[in-house]
Amino acid sequence: MAELIVISTLNGVLFGMLLFLLSSGLTVIFSMMGVLNFAHASFYMLGAFFGFQLTRWIGFWPALVIAPLLVGVVGMGVERYGLRNTHKHGHVAELLLTFGLAFAIEEIVSMIWGKSPVDYRVPAALDFPAITVFSTNYPAYKIFMLVVSVVIFIALLVTLKRTRVGLIVQAALTHPSMVGHLGHNVGRVFMLVFGVGSALAGLAGVIAGPSLVTQSDMAALLGPILFVVIVFGGLGSLPGAFIASLLIGLIQTFAVALNGSLASVFGPLDPSLGASPLTDIWNVTIAQIAPILPYLLLVLVLIFRPMGLLGTRES
Amino acid sequence: MSNAAIPTSAAAKEESASALSFYGIWLIAAAALVVLPLIFSSGGSLTSFSLIGIAIIFALSYNILLGQTGLLSFGHAVQYGLGGFLAVHAMNAVASHNWPIPLPVIPLVGGIGGMAFALLVGWVMTKRAGTVFAMISLGIGELVASSSLILRSVFGGESGITTDRTSLMPLFGWTFGPQIQVYYLIAFWVMISAIAMYALTRTPLGRICNAVRDNPERVEFIGYDPHVVRYLAYMFAGFFAGIAGGLTAINFEIANSAYLGATQSGLVLFSAFIGGTAYFFGPILGAILVTYLQLGLTNVTSVWQLYFGIIFIAIVMFAPGGIAGILMKHRPLIRAGTLRFVIPSYLVAAIPTLALALGIILTIETVARFSGGDAINLFGIPFAATAPTTWVTAAVLLVGGFLVARITWRRIAEAWDRAATVARDRGYLA
Repeated sequence: MAELIVISTLNGVLFGMLLFLLSSGLTVIFSMMGVLNFAHASFYMLGAFFGFQLTRWIGFWPALVIAPLLVGVVGMGVERYGLRNTHKHGHVAELLLTFGLAFAIEEIVSMIWGKSPVDYRVPAALDFPAITVFSTNYPAYKIFMLVVSVVIFIALLVTLKRTRVGLIVQAALTHPSMVGHLGHNVGRVFMLVFGVGSALAGLAGVIAGPSLVTQSDMAALLGPILFVVIVFGGLGSLPGAFIASLLIGLIQTFAVALNGSLASVFGPLDPSLGASPLTDIWNVTIAQIAPILPYLLLVLVLIFRPMGLLGTRES
Repeated sequence: MSNAAIPTSAAAKEESASALSFYGIWLIAAAALVVLPLIFSSGGSLTSFSLIGIAIIFALSYNILLGQTGLLSFGHAVQYGLGGFLAVHAMNAVASHNWPIPLPVIPLVGGIGGMAFALLVGWVMTKRAGTVFAMISLGIGELVASSSLILRSVFGGESGITTDRTSLMPLFGWTFGPQIQVYYLIAFWVMISAIAMYALTRTPLGRICNAVRDNPERVEFIGYDPHVVRYLAYMFAGFFAGIAGGLTAINFEIANSAYLGATQSGLVLFSAFIGGTAYFFGPILGAILVTYLQLGLTNVTSVWQLYFGIIFIAIVMFAPGGIAGILMKHRPLIRAGTLRFVIPSYLVAAIPTLALALGIILTIETVARFSGGDAINLFGIPFAATAPTTWVTAAVLLVGGFLVARITWRRIAEAWDRAATVARDRGYLA
């Protein structure tokens, strides 16, 4: 049991940090531009596939740097030529544009790389068990993922809190027009933030690709969970996104690891009752309901605390 | 006296003329629904018409949310799918108990199912509009779609639940076995639903929905609660989506969890938006186009969904009013007689735009078939995906088409400005 808890905690924190790499960019983009970027998870997927392709051509370590930069350039292009032109039609049009993009990117990726998972492997230098927890070998690659995401997290924190750029970004979060009046090029700030946010998502994709499955539906699987994270944490709140990422990462990982059901706790139902929704619920294991837990959480939060965990505004 | 009488009688005449054209459109639509299968009587076209009819109801129900009330939903298929499941269960129950309920009533059951679910979750969902509603609808959609795979006894797991539409009581000798009878059943419900939904837009509720979309704060000031209005709109949308779902269940004699999924929700959003959400007939056009493309393109290309995405992005970026918006923009010009100013620029722009479109298609197909090595058949002209000549042709069409098309688009804008100015002078354009 202790082993399960330690391993699941490690995995949960890891998944949570990955989620945060994505949700941080999404939150900052949302609070600055008012755009909920539906294509954010698609940038994560692009990162994974670019990472896969570049690893084939030039190796993992250069790919780790170049793939996120490429995704960042794609993101900046989307902001500059897509969102900026759509802005005049309102937020719904912007949201729909990113929705269409997410759809198109998924199709393009499956067109180029196919619908089945690609063989994106852990680099040989990191393919060994790093530590042994009780009897389980914990792979070095996962430690590496954890280190990368923690480093990025600290870098992000320092940039936002301690540098001039971070100051401008923070100001633009709440008072975009005032920042414009002070002589900053808000359009360029937006483009940069969008680019950095996409690049972070791309980085998450590059490092998550070998560990998770690199497949053309990975964006569609992760995207909704990402929205749950930022709504749960409170729209526009970075600390909220951080807590929610970790929480959902932990919940998901623990749920998958647990195999209990109501039937295993209270014993099986009387077979004479026959098949009914009750027997379905009675027999379903926690691992099976893991995929719907985030959405249940979302509904609960919306009922009891609509502004989210640390959010300050309702919409 | 006579002076006063003339305008009134003229107004009355105009009113009766507009009433005539109004009812005329509905009568023509009804006649078209009746006559269409007689003209195109092949099995394939009957199936297509049935699907298009269902898509029309579904897209119109979606527009109660997006177009009328300004609620962007990413989970509209939930009501549609639940309506379908309830309809299947109702059909099975009716058949096994031999209740005297004919098949045409079943879609109503689906509608009630959709509405009941909307009643259940709608209050929490419609608390706020905008982005928050969009995300909640997405979350609820995922929740229901994933839950449907767990509750196997209700949703039948991966394979779904089947039924037999002919096992119900026949109505006037109709067993609804042949597709033609199902088509007429669907056409009947299309007409009823379309009229009902149009009538809804004319009621005070429909009007206050528009007000909630445009300015919820002022709605509160005149004494309405926008939350309640959104909730009601959500329920009506759920009702008609459920009818569409029930018809789908009848048409395919099965309901499975794909009905509830994100793809279905995305398609209805595409239909409504491509058609145009600002006008009642927009989603109808969109549903016809999207379903037709969906049926037609799947045979021609493996990446048909990509074309949808591109069309959708193009509409969002360049014509957010959709097809209906583009058409209705020309109305004042036609009335003012200045349409001839813009027609030449359209004809000039058509050639490079077509070249650009062909370049995009050729590029996509080249990439899609590069590894497979299949030949591309572009409107009768064969291309090899691996041949450099194909790549050069695609690049020339793409880049050249874009550069020339951009100039002609500018010409359209100029010609449009001239036409609009004249139309404004003549008093046809505000």
